[in-house]
Amino acid sequence: MSKKITIEPVTRVEGHGKVTIQLDAAGRVSDSRLHIVEFRGFERFIQGRPYWEAPVLVQRLCGICPVSHHLAAAKALDVIVGAGTGNGLTAVGEKMRRLMHYGQFFQSHVLHFFHLSSPDFLFGFDGDPVTRNIIGVIQHNKELAVQGVMMRKYGQEVIKHTAGKKIHGTGAIPGGINKNLSIAERDELLNGSDPMNADKMVEWSMGALDFFKNYHKTNVQLVDGFASFPSNHLSMVREDGAFDIYHGVLRAVDANGKRILDDMDYQNYDRYIEEEVRNWSYMKFPYLKHLGKEKGWYRVGPLARLNVCSFMPTPLAQKELEEFRAYTHGKPNGMSLHYHWARLIEVLHMAELIRDLLKDPDLQNEDLVVKGEKQQRGVGVIEAPRGTLFHHYEINENDQISLANLIVSTTNNNQPMNTAVNLTAKSFMNGQNEITEGMMNAVEVAIRAYDPCLSCATHALGQMPLELTLVNQNNEIIDRRTK
Amino acid sequence: MKETIRFRIDEHQITAEKGQTVVEAAKANGVYIPTLCNFEGVKPKGCCRMCTIKVNNRFMTACTTPASAGMEVESSTDELNDIRKSIVELLFVTGNHFCPSCEKSGNCELQALAYRFRMMVPRFPYQFPQKGIDASSPRIIKDQNRCILCKRCIKTIKTPDGRDYFAYRNRGTKLEVVLDEKLGNEMPDAVARQAMENCPVGSIIYKEQGFLKPIGKRKFDKKPIGSDIEV
Ligand code: SF4
Repeated sequence: MSKKITIEPVTRVEGHGKVTIQLDAAGRVSDSRLHIVEFRGFERFIQGRPYWEAPVLVQRLCGICPVSHHLAAAKALDVIVGAGTGNGLTAVGEKMRRLMHYGQFFQSHVLHFFHLSSPDFLFGFDGDPVTRNIIGVIQHNKELAVQGVMMRKYGQEVIKHTAGKKIHGTGAIPGGINKNLSIAERDELLNGSDPMNADKMVEWSMGALDFFKNYHKTNVQLVDGFASFPSNHLSMVREDGAFDIYHGVLRAVDANGKRILDDMDYQNYDRYIEEEVRNWSYMKFPYLKHLGKEKGWYRVGPLARLNVCSFMPTPLAQKELEEFRAYTHGKPNGMSLHYHWARLIEVLHMAELIRDLLKDPDLQNEDLVVKGEKQQRGVGVIEAPRGTLFHHYEINENDQISLANLIVSTTNNNQPMNTAVNLTAKSFMNGQNEITEGMMNAVEVAIRAYDPCLSCATHALGQMPLELTLVNQNNEIIDRRTK
Repeated sequence: MKETIRFRIDEHQITAEKGQTVVEAAKANGVYIPTLCNFEGVKPKGCCRMCTIKVNNRFMTACTTPASAGMEVESSTDELNDIRKSIVELLFVTGNHFCPSCEKSGNCELQALAYRFRMMVPRFPYQFPQKGIDASSPRIIKDQNRCILCKRCIKTIKTPDGRDYFAYRNRGTKLEVVLDEKLGNEMPDAVARQAMENCPVGSIIYKEQGFLKPIGKRKFDKKPIGSDIEV
């Protein structure tokens, strides 16, 4: 008799996920599916609204990285108001947005690693759920937990001073920004009393990276072997190939590092990327058109970015990137848990970028907004913490949005997450008749390496509960576990 | 010289000029009586009932009631504040107010009153009415979802020869404030800005430049509505 397992809800992931695992007669995993069971339809209900509302409206997709949506929408609208395709803003306009984005990356990554993922490393995947959470981390390793909390707070302060508010601000407007950074705000972020200053954040970022690297050393098999698989990788990079999360061109490499998308202008993203709809999921499956559905899917996010970029333009992060690359002998890294490694290198890079950018006097300039000849269509792309994020808007002659298309990071990672869940199911569940806590969490760990917030992928808000169902070859449910 | 009269609002001794309304006299004496449809320079009409007070145990609207000597006015009592709060709640449930993405947020009088009265969830069920937006004018958007029918735009936004840009249309629950199509098309820039300014909510929106004021610098970010009047 074959069996099917469904895991739902996935805790510590925003949104609602359901995993179904199909077993064959011999008890082997024959198939698995990660379903996202909510749908929110932002693309639909933004239609008819005045275009300048979009950056403030669509950021409500997410409570973890609203700034990414805010900025991707603003970038798309820059094009619409004739302010260029990403580099036409004034210096203060672009730099304030960059600072906002760096702050958001920093806080979101810290949340992802410290609050959501570190419990798995400290207590093991099958650790007691009562302690396997941030409270458990505080009890077990207070210093680490405190650093996580303070680093997140620092990132949020950066957001507050650039967007006006820690969550769901209004800073970016079509063609620029609505405030600059006052000297007092700058000094607070740059030289705030210990530990809330830029230098401390760099120091602590190095510490977090060491924590992961030490864990890696003593758990090589797990970290390297868990849900490891080759894939293509896609990311935006600066025109010279540098790592850049705010603006650039689209680049993709295959599992051997060969360029399969060569620095394309994202205004034409729909020439290169197509989305497949599968009848069992609200979340679409994007792929590179020229390679087709089977071969064209790709990973996005920290791992992909580090595999794709040519270099990282700050010294400490560049050094870490070299070490990271050396580990796979320069080949793209396909190990799912190495997402965390890559994520922490990005945290360090953000800390360096914030520290350096704060010293830039352009942030105090007054020329906040530019406008040019109005266009009817605009695309904004940004690297969100969890990967490449596309916002595409079209407007009618009355300045109302007539079309919106969003491809969010989680959607871009849909196929990789499904593959990771499948591999995890295969290695953890073969021959099992029932679903254990450890199995449940292994599947969650796989999802969480990519994304703590499935919600935004289907544009739904909320907690991500997980249900795991085990189904036999006759599609009969033989076990179900939820949390 | 105008005749001076004295009366009381709650515990405050008020000195007023004869002919002033209770709202005006209160304001001049540093006492805030919440208003919404009332607008300086326009004859008060008492249509929103926000300024409801009690005189001799009778409900009156403070914007239309002339101050008179020896009057005993109840204003900031639990009963009256709850009535005002319920009016705010009714306005919320009969429109579609999604403050998070509304550019009037922080500058909106309705929202500010909701904060002042600590409205959390309205006690009435949301109606989610089907309302549209008229974006045909090159200068402004008239968003019916947020209109509270206060008539401020009808009374204050006119052409130099006195023609109305805005007018009431329909009756009862279908009542709405509409923009004259022809005048709307020719609306000068300054008039459009003034129309947005005079609208207490986000129903009249000047086109193509939202969210210019950063959070922290908006009208009601730091202090609740009315605190500029209160001493
Ligand atoms: S008009 Fe005022 S109350 Fe209505 S949505 Fe806008 S801010 Fe909120």
